[in-house]
Amino acid sequence: MEMHGWGRFPRINSEVTQPRSISECADIIATLGELIPRGLGRSYGDSSLASRMLDTQHLDHFLNFDQIHGLLTCSAGVSLDSILRLFVPRGWFLPVTPGTRFITIGGAIASDVHGKNHHIDGSFSKHVSSIELLLGNGNIATASAAENTDLFRATCGGMGLTGLIISATLALKPIRSSEIIETTIKMPDLDSVLTAFEENASATYSVAWIDCRERGKHLGRSILMLGEHAETGPLTAERKSAWPVPFEMPAGLLNSSTVKAFNTLYYAKTAPGKHTHRTPFEPFFYPLDKLANWNRLYGKPGFVQYQFVLPKKTCISGLRKILETIATSGRGSPLAVLKVLGQGNQNLLSFPIEGYTLALDFKAEPAVFILLDELDKLVLAHGGRLYLTKDARMSEATFKTSYPLWPEFESIRERHHAIGKFSSIQSKRLGLQ
Amino acid sequence: MKRILIIGATSAIAEATARLWAHDGNQLYLLARNEERLNVIAADLTVRGAQSVYSAVLKANDFARHQSAIEEALMALEGIDLVLIAHGSLSNQKACETDFALALEELNTNAISVISLLTILANHFEAQKHGTIAVISSVAGDRGRQSNYIYGTAKGAVSIFLQGLRQRLAKSSVNVLTVKPGFVDTPMTKNFKKGILWASDRSVAKSIYLACASGREEIYAPQFWKAIMWTITAIPEKIFKRLYL
Repeated sequence: MEMHGWGRFPRINSEVTQPRSISECADIIATLGELIPRGLGRSYGDSSLASRMLDTQHLDHFLNFDQIHGLLTCSAGVSLDSILRLFVPRGWFLPVTPGTRFITIGGAIASDVHGKNHHIDGSFSKHVSSIELLLGNGNIATASAAENTDLFRATCGGMGLTGLIISATLALKPIRSSEIIETTIKMPDLDSVLTAFEENASATYSVAWIDCRERGKHLGRSILMLGEHAETGPLTAERKSAWPVPFEMPAGLLNSSTVKAFNTLYYAKTAPGKHTHRTPFEPFFYPLDKLANWNRLYGKPGFVQYQFVLPKKTCISGLRKILETIATSGRGSPLAVLKVLGQGNQNLLSFPIEGYTLALDFKAEPAVFILLDELDKLVLAHGGRLYLTKDARMSEATFKTSYPLWPEFESIRERHHAIGKFSSIQSKRLGLQ
Repeated sequence: MKRILIIGATSAIAEATARLWAHDGNQLYLLARNEERLNVIAADLTVRGAQSVYSAVLKANDFARHQSAIEEALMALEGIDLVLIAHGSLSNQKACETDFALALEELNTNAISVISLLTILANHFEAQKHGTIAVISSVAGDRGRQSNYIYGTAKGAVSIFLQGLRQRLAKSSVNVLTVKPGFVDTPMTKNFKKGILWASDRSVAKSIYLACASGREEIYAPQFWKAIMWTITAIPEKIFKRLYL
């Protein structure tokens, strides 16, 4: 059947299996040949695409919960959404969450996702105490920071290329209320928003929405959003379902004038200065989850999301150059997300390094691919790199330059029988075996 | 808190329904044939809030084991307030047309084993004078069609058995619920092309959960299947036999 990632680009024909037990997974891995595990298919590009895919949607079981320490063990196919629905009312929250709750635990580990609290709490794998993996030779291995450390460091952020994650134990975070105290601050330009991030380094959550269409003195105008868990209030998870985008929109819907109009309106509707209010956690963390299948807004061609990180010392000049290039091109999404990242970790392919990350969408079209190649050069020149989970097009050379630990990743895969068993069209494109 | 027995507990619809019952803090006893999956589901339902979860292996066509399996459940739960019978297999109609042994096995799995289990359970419920018996039948049992009449025969038998049982047990304040799902997107139907008539196992589970709580006699899930099946059963045989349903 035709399969694609969240960006609906690229699309390929795949054979998809949906095992219902670990023994079925073992049979598939033993007999089917090279494949890639897939969770909810929320990686944007081709990370979860291969001609054979092992879909973990039926492996969605909670296995154990230690209510004293908040340690949850669950199967790889459990979604963050189901964790929130069950555990928020009991006073527990995810230690780290990306901008959608419709991803699986297996996917969160494979992408080593980060959230608005990366500068304080690190990425997802920091809160994972152990992982169970089904290896290419059919054995089950436990990996943690203490046991099979190499496998753990390669699996977290390893894009499903080291083995099939079958279950994991993670530490949930205690909360007193499901509400967030949100502060929004309107920032006129890039320097002021970067300064504001530094001044608010102690805020638990921080993120900025940045207008990529503005140049000159408005370059980098943004809205900075800070958040703290409320100390009092209800403990509830929303039950309402999202609004659907039932079919692909006309490809021309998001063009430079509609995007510019949207940005102007969005920026204008936020009052100047600093505002604090209470909000349920869902709109704070997951504004886009309100619109199911928002990925159809880009129409038939689909889109690519471009997310890069630049290290702290080069980021001001780098961000300025990149934002200017994007603004000059007149392409790019209504909003880009700017976020400060804290220290990186020891995982071999995890994305975060200390600095700033920017993410924005582009319609998948020839002119965009030329622009993105230009941006790649700027990112590399400033010592940065791209997030594999968003990527659908980076070159092997770009990957190997910016992820220098890839040879070690490959030798760990070889040691643990992953080569010839787990691969995606992304991993092949990036020159991994 | 209710004491609930689920037979065929690893079926997608049963599991989705069990999650709703677990969330309410009920006691559950699961019977199914695959022990590995039973153990995982039992752990899951415990985390989801079930007060306790027991499980045991039962092969539907091992009729000799039915009595003891139900007695063990009665012992562990100290009584049963609600039973859901959900096991079944989607017969390969074409294969059944040339292989009676296969057809017989399908009839055993989908009809005779259900009747055997209900014979034992009915007497228990009749004696205790309360409770709910919910059984998953199918819209396929409403009228024989060339594309799946072996499966339809079995489900039709179950539906008629349940009508009789409902009338008998009504005198003992026991409710009998017949669930008639339409097309449900589950592992059992993974080889079918899905369209707008298809429902998720979770939506069917929700209907079963609500119907059990409100004491309904018969439900179509989703409800629009009632209209579809009314239309299909209303077609005169003279015309029907020329169709390819």
